[in-house]
Amino acid sequence: MASGKEIRTQIKSVKNTQKITSAMEMVAASKMRRAQERMAASRPYAENIRRVIAHLAQANPEYRHPFMLERPVKRVGMIVISTDRGLCGGLNTNMFKAGVMAMKEWREAGAEVRLSTIGSKGLSFFRRTGAPVVSEVSHLGDAPRLEDVIGSVKVMLDAYSNGEIDQLLVVYNEFVNTMSQKPQVMQLLPISAQSPERELEHHWDYIYEPDAREVLDGLLMRYVESMVYQGVVENIACEMAARMVAMKAATDNAGDMIDGLQLAYNKARQAAITQELSEIVSGASAV
Amino acid sequence: MAMTMHVNIVSAEQEIFSGTVEQVIAPAKMGEVGIYPRHTQLLTPLKAGEVRVVKPGGEEEFYFVSGGMLEVQPHVVTVLADTVLRARDLDEAKAMEAKARAEQALQDRQSEVDYATAEAELAEAIAQLQTIQRLRKKLGK
Repeated sequence: MASGKEIRTQIKSVKNTQKITSAMEMVAASKMRRAQERMAASRPYAENIRRVIAHLAQANPEYRHPFMLERPVKRVGMIVISTDRGLCGGLNTNMFKAGVMAMKEWREAGAEVRLSTIGSKGLSFFRRTGAPVVSEVSHLGDAPRLEDVIGSVKVMLDAYSNGEIDQLLVVYNEFVNTMSQKPQVMQLLPISAQSPERELEHHWDYIYEPDAREVLDGLLMRYVESMVYQGVVENIACEMAARMVAMKAATDNAGDMIDGLQLAYNKARQAAITQELSEIVSGASAV
Repeated sequence: MAMTMHVNIVSAEQEIFSGTVEQVIAPAKMGEVGIYPRHTQLLTPLKAGEVRVVKPGGEEEFYFVSGGMLEVQPHVVTVLADTVLRARDLDEAKAMEAKARAEQALQDRQSEVDYATAEAELAEAIAQLQTIQRLRKKLGK
């Protein structure tokens, strides 16, 4: 049995760890709120663009932008959004699992997969698996800006325009609520423009300046960028929520551990006193 | 009462302005456009410059945009801005610095790519400065 002093040191060190985890929990909770606000703030932009694109696609059936054309899939581009830091439970692992499953499916279907990673965890994971990573951004911080993701997205968009990839997917975590985050694999390109809208009933069209093609080019590029940006922001909210939950569990576990150690310490102390007493008593009776 | 319409100015990062206005003036790619209520549907890219909204009662507000898209419906105008900052938040010193940097980059014209970026940066910096000067004038400083 460990001596009293050893147990005391151990209790102290667990207490210190507990302090850190509970501080991290509180930080994550406040950051999560801000991340959720940011998530809500970036939504109207994507919604507006989606509405305009849906209208454009219906009003101009004669012009089909390459981003809207389905073609046989030989190569797939995947943008994987992960966190920069760990200590957030199984968040990244679950998402990588979803990503790897999707990759496997495409490989079996005979398609190559190229990756672009956002966040350093994704980079280190997929580098280890040996998958080709064509572009990478990381260390975006808690308040990423759109311009941070433009580079990564552009690499993929160019690859799509040049026919190097035939489909673009994004893998990220969807924020369901604080307790649950769901890995998502979403198709970005080609954009399926089905959603029949009521606007079609009374037919009207925009005036385009300078022309429909240029307007559509700009819109589609911004649409993809904003979708990726939204994925990044959502992933941050997920990261904070997952970290909060993980740190809460860690704090609780540390508490249990301290209780157990305290009990062991008390027992050891009690045993030492009893032993000492019996030694004194037996010593006295011997005299 | 004058006719009004709804205006949304949104960037990918946040919603900037949303409200009822009498007129919107925006720097469209083919030249500045002023939009009144019941304008026909219009879709056009924007260049760097300022979006001006005239609120009921004649009060004006300025928003700087680095570019973007303008969508007009008879009673709703949407500005999809690339990066919108509140004009009052614009840092004049930063704009000057960016301009100086861009001009310097223009002077040693080494690669085509650098030249194009510098030109874009310069246009943006000048537009920012104009917005600030206008605001100054308005505030009577």
